Amino acid sequence: MYNLTCDVAIIGGGPAGLSAAVAAKKESGGRVLVIERDESIGGILQQCIHPGFGLTYFKEELTGPEYAGRFADEAKELGVEFLLNSMVLDMDERAGTVTCVNREYGMTAITAKSIILAMGCRERTRANIMIPGSRPAGVYTAGSAQRLVNRQNEMVGKKVVILGSGDIGMIMARRMTLEGAKVLAVIELMDYLAGLTRNKVQCLDDFEIPLYLSHTITKIEGYQRVKGVYFAKVDENKKPIQETEQYIECDTILLSVGLIPENELTRKALIDISSITNGPKVNQYMQTSSENVFACGNVVHVNDLVDNVSTESIKAGKFAAQYAMNTLPKEEKAVENIAGENVRYLCPQSISVSPESEKVSLYFRVLHPDQNVKIIARDGDKVLASKKRIRVNPGEMEEITFNTGYISGSSVTVEVVKEGQES
Amino acid sequence: MKKEIICTVCPIGCHIAVEGEGDNIISMEGYGCKRGEQYAHAEFAHPVRILTTTVKTDSEKTPLIPVRSDKPVPKEKIMDCMAEIRKCLAKAPVGVYDILIEDVCDTGVNIVATGAVK
Ligand SMILES: Cc1cc2nc3c(=O)[nH]c(=O)nc-3n(C[C@H](O)[C@H](O)[C@H](O)COP(=O)(O)OP(=O)(O)OC[C@H]3O[C@@H](n4cnc5c(N)ncnc54)[C@H](O)[C@@H]3O)c2cc1C
Ligand code: SF4
Repeated sequence: MYNLTCDVAIIGGGPAGLSAAVAAKKESGGRVLVIERDESIGGILQQCIHPGFGLTYFKEELTGPEYAGRFADEAKELGVEFLLNSMVLDMDERAGTVTCVNREYGMTAITAKSIILAMGCRERTRANIMIPGSRPAGVYTAGSAQRLVNRQNEMVGKKVVILGSGDIGMIMARRMTLEGAKVLAVIELMDYLAGLTRNKVQCLDDFEIPLYLSHTITKIEGYQRVKGVYFAKVDENKKPIQETEQYIECDTILLSVGLIPENELTRKALIDISSITNGPKVNQYMQTSSENVFACGNVVHVNDLVDNVSTESIKAGKFAAQYAMNTLPKEEKAVENIAGENVRYLCPQSISVSPESEKVSLYFRVLHPDQNVKIIARDGDKVLASKKRIRVNPGEMEEITFNTGYISGSSVTVEVVKEGQES
Repeated sequence: MKKEIICTVCPIGCHIAVEGEGDNIISMEGYGCKRGEQYAHAEFAHPVRILTTTVKTDSEKTPLIPVRSDKPVPKEKIMDCMAEIRKCLAKAPVGVYDILIEDVCDTGVNIVATGAVK
């Protein structure tokens, strides 16, 4: 077995891993190593050739490869090391050892003072959502179609129906249209858009692609290749209404029905995982239940904006480096963050309170869309922070910030209530 | 002409109703702020988009290279630009921000690489 040692080892070389690497190197100057299974760094952004990245972080509109390139260049300049073509198979978090297979060295063991998980996420597939009908060729997840079209030069079909109004599906609707395919419908089960409004305007409306909210595919037809789909409106219990069933002839179906954090390794290491985000539970330092293991990016919770991924990953990098140097603030007590009214989950899930007061930001998604609301973070009856929002939407991440010095109890609750109705 | 424009400047997504002809706007309602007003004006009179796609390369290992327009392209010219870009074959090596097509379809916009081929 080939052996390596470093201060901070990062699993995954996507935007999360790269931002964390840059921050860890800046904080400590120690040895920082990024382990990536692909032959190149950049993660999912390498296939996201569309614009829309970096609007908050760099204040300009970049494409995925450009955004990843900026962090990759900075990481290289700072002297971050990379181990490419290396699939991590195992992690012994107590010993601080990560085991991977590298194309050149074979089995390789990396021992680090702290480890950062940045493995990203994978797409939900047909098996995860159960659509009836035959199993012909021509059914792809939107992301795998994106990889084929944008990196491998393989056109996946001519007449396309997209299930799910997630961002990747809408982006692929535009991409396929630009490449000469006809996108006949985008079908969404919920009565609201899953992705960003910006993508509906620029990817669907621009090309007059119809969006069917509160609809679902009832059956896929075709023996060897997809021939068409039946779809129908759903009632308030999300059951298809038979009389509204329609048929569309098509040769391709793209599924854009959500992402799941990639947490095989985390699970094996018995690190606490949230049943809602499917990612490891973290505190504001992005530290998991194993104190030398940190996590950031889509492996923790699915982000729609890579800018948020970078912000969160910079924290993970900085604090993992502090842990390696033994300068991470000492915990006095742990405070649990509780999702209150109209809040699906909070990330971080807990706050490590130390004698020194610091600012923490809690990120969350609402359960259902609402208007003219107030976001409130409270510790019992005491309001820690509150802010007004004209519109909230499950598709867009929200945030609230306060000082840890104000917390006196053992939990913080965040709720989203109609303005004027807060107690 | 009347048009409803959804503002994409911030996540609030105001629905802005605009009436007029080109730059001559008669009425505008529903914007939540100044930035939205500017956006709706531009989107009504001269809608533009950043165009991103891929260009074929002569490299076997990297058959495609991602590209973008270095400035926004008028919306109605997008399909013409795509037809032009489809004819292009990039010869390796290509560096990030190398110009692959100059002044595509007389728009004054260049198509530049956003990735690299060795
Ligand atoms: C298809 C798609 C379109 C998107 N569009 C936009 C957009 O328009 N605008 C925007 O702001 N955001 C967008 N996003 C979101 C943004 O790209 C993601 O939030 C971001 O890429 C997440 O970064 P990450 O580093 O956590 O994950 P990833 O980019 O997925 O990187 C994870 C990396 O870890 C590696 N890895 C995983 N497991 C292992 C292992 N066991 N061993 C070694 N390496 C491993 C993977 O190979 C990969 O390189 C999009 C996301 C997707 C999936
Ligand atoms: S008009 Fe202003 S407030 Fe409304 S969506 Fe646009 S930027 Fe946001």
